[in-house]
Amino acid sequence: MAAGFKTAEPLEYHRSFLKENCRPDGRELSEFRTTTLNIGSISTADGSALVKVGNTTVICGIKAELTNPTVEAPGKGYIVPNVDLPPLCSSRFRPGPPSEQAQAASQFVADVIESSEVIQTEDLCIERGKLCWVLYCDLMCLDYDGNLLDACTIALLAALKNTKLPEVTISTETPEVNLAKTRGLHIHKHPVSASFCVFDDSILIVDPTAEEESLKTAQLTVVTDEEDRLCTVHKPGGTSLSGEKLQECISRATARQREIQKLIDKVTRSVKTAQ
Amino acid sequence: SRDELVCGSSNVSLREFGCEQSLLSRPDGSASFVQGDTSVLAGVYGPAEVKVSKEIYDRATLEVLIQPKVGLPSVRERSQEQCVRETCEASLLLTLHPRSSLTLVLQVLHDDGSLLSCFLNAACMALMDAGLPMSCLFCGVTCAIDADGQIITDPTAAQEKESRALMTFAIDSKECRVMMSSTKGSFSVHELQQCIAVSQKASEKIFQFYRDSVKRRYSKTL
Repeated sequence: MAAGFKTAEPLEYHRSFLKENCRPDGRELSEFRTTTLNIGSISTADGSALVKVGNTTVICGIKAELTNPTVEAPGKGYIVPNVDLPPLCSSRFRPGPPSEQAQAASQFVADVIESSEVIQTEDLCIERGKLCWVLYCDLMCLDYDGNLLDACTIALLAALKNTKLPEVTISTETPEVNLAKTRGLHIHKHPVSASFCVFDDSILIVDPTAEEESLKTAQLTVVTDEEDRLCTVHKPGGTSLSGEKLQECISRATARQREIQKLIDKVTRSVKTAQ
Repeated sequence: SRDELVCGSSNVSLREFGCEQSLLSRPDGSASFVQGDTSVLAGVYGPAEVKVSKEIYDRATLEVLIQPKVGLPSVRERSQEQCVRETCEASLLLTLHPRSSLTLVLQVLHDDGSLLSCFLNAACMALMDAGLPMSCLFCGVTCAIDADGQIITDPTAAQEKESRALMTFAIDSKECRVMMSSTKGSFSVHELQQCIAVSQKASEKIFQFYRDSVKRRYSKTL
């Protein structure tokens, strides 16, 4: 009976739960799904991480390559993020060129990197105007169940913390790469995002599932760092939000930042002790 | 029917605004919007027939296309398209035209900062010109926070480059609340609230400009 009600009237089905201040999967309105993290899952990448937020799974691999700095910024390296939503992760995605959602997510990740200054691109420069690192951050969604942006930012941050770059010395014009000697990246900030959905123009829920996302009237993603500064307040349209609701989201996002930073630190430590 | 507005009388200062509606013959609605040297041309087609793959059974499908001044649209344009589309979707009464398509094309004529807000303003004027039913109007406001912490509304490209944070909001005409938000750079919660308050104040001026320019247009034709 319940299954039939859910299929025929998905909106009414969700409303009946929200009226009781809970959600179909048993969560409270301001509760995130269980987040698990695995660091260094891809041995061939320079840095990697796998994140699960409920069923949503995102894997991030970072590949570092040597290249020439751009003419506009000779003293800087650069970071190229890319989010891929393959047909594998959900039936809503078709094969072919990246969908609007995938491109918008790539742009979002690029904006978070730039706004938060998680890595100072000056650190990636080896010799001014001649040689620098480019970090290709490939984020692949393996299972799509909503809240892609949160999973992507956690995966990216964890993978960057895991990245080891080999030492490069320049002697007589040719660069020499010493693979035996590696160093980690200097992570300046820890940006973590928290996503919210607005339901029926007024009810606010955190960490939406794919089903909840399809019924939303607006979505909001807030990215904060450990100093409680906002890096991104991304609300791509939808119904309008009052100042109090926005403040509520920001407070929840700051709490989420603490939780995730703790999780990343814990996993990083456990990886180190295992080695 | 070209109207202009010089703002700057009170504490919120905007560049010179200009708007012209119905300037193209083929689209069902069109508008050009000028903010200082930033200029955008918008055209709306629809409600028209929709491709079966894009058909939605209970409402119209809205497609937004942003054409840059040179080259092909890139990932940045896709992200802006998403912001404009979802803002328009929230204000348009799409359920009145189920199983049909609406297309909004935004052509950049010149970019001198605050481009996303100019897209939003041009889009709203074009939708109005097309006579599409809407639940409210919306406008775009860009705020930049400079190195001294001063808030500059409607910044130029040079001011944007020197700023440490940049925010664009879409404000609705009904309750003056934030419909869309897109930010760059890092800022405190207090700065965000200040910028929203400034944008809400600026939105009143922009809605007044909308009203004046539409009023002037119809007083000429009628």
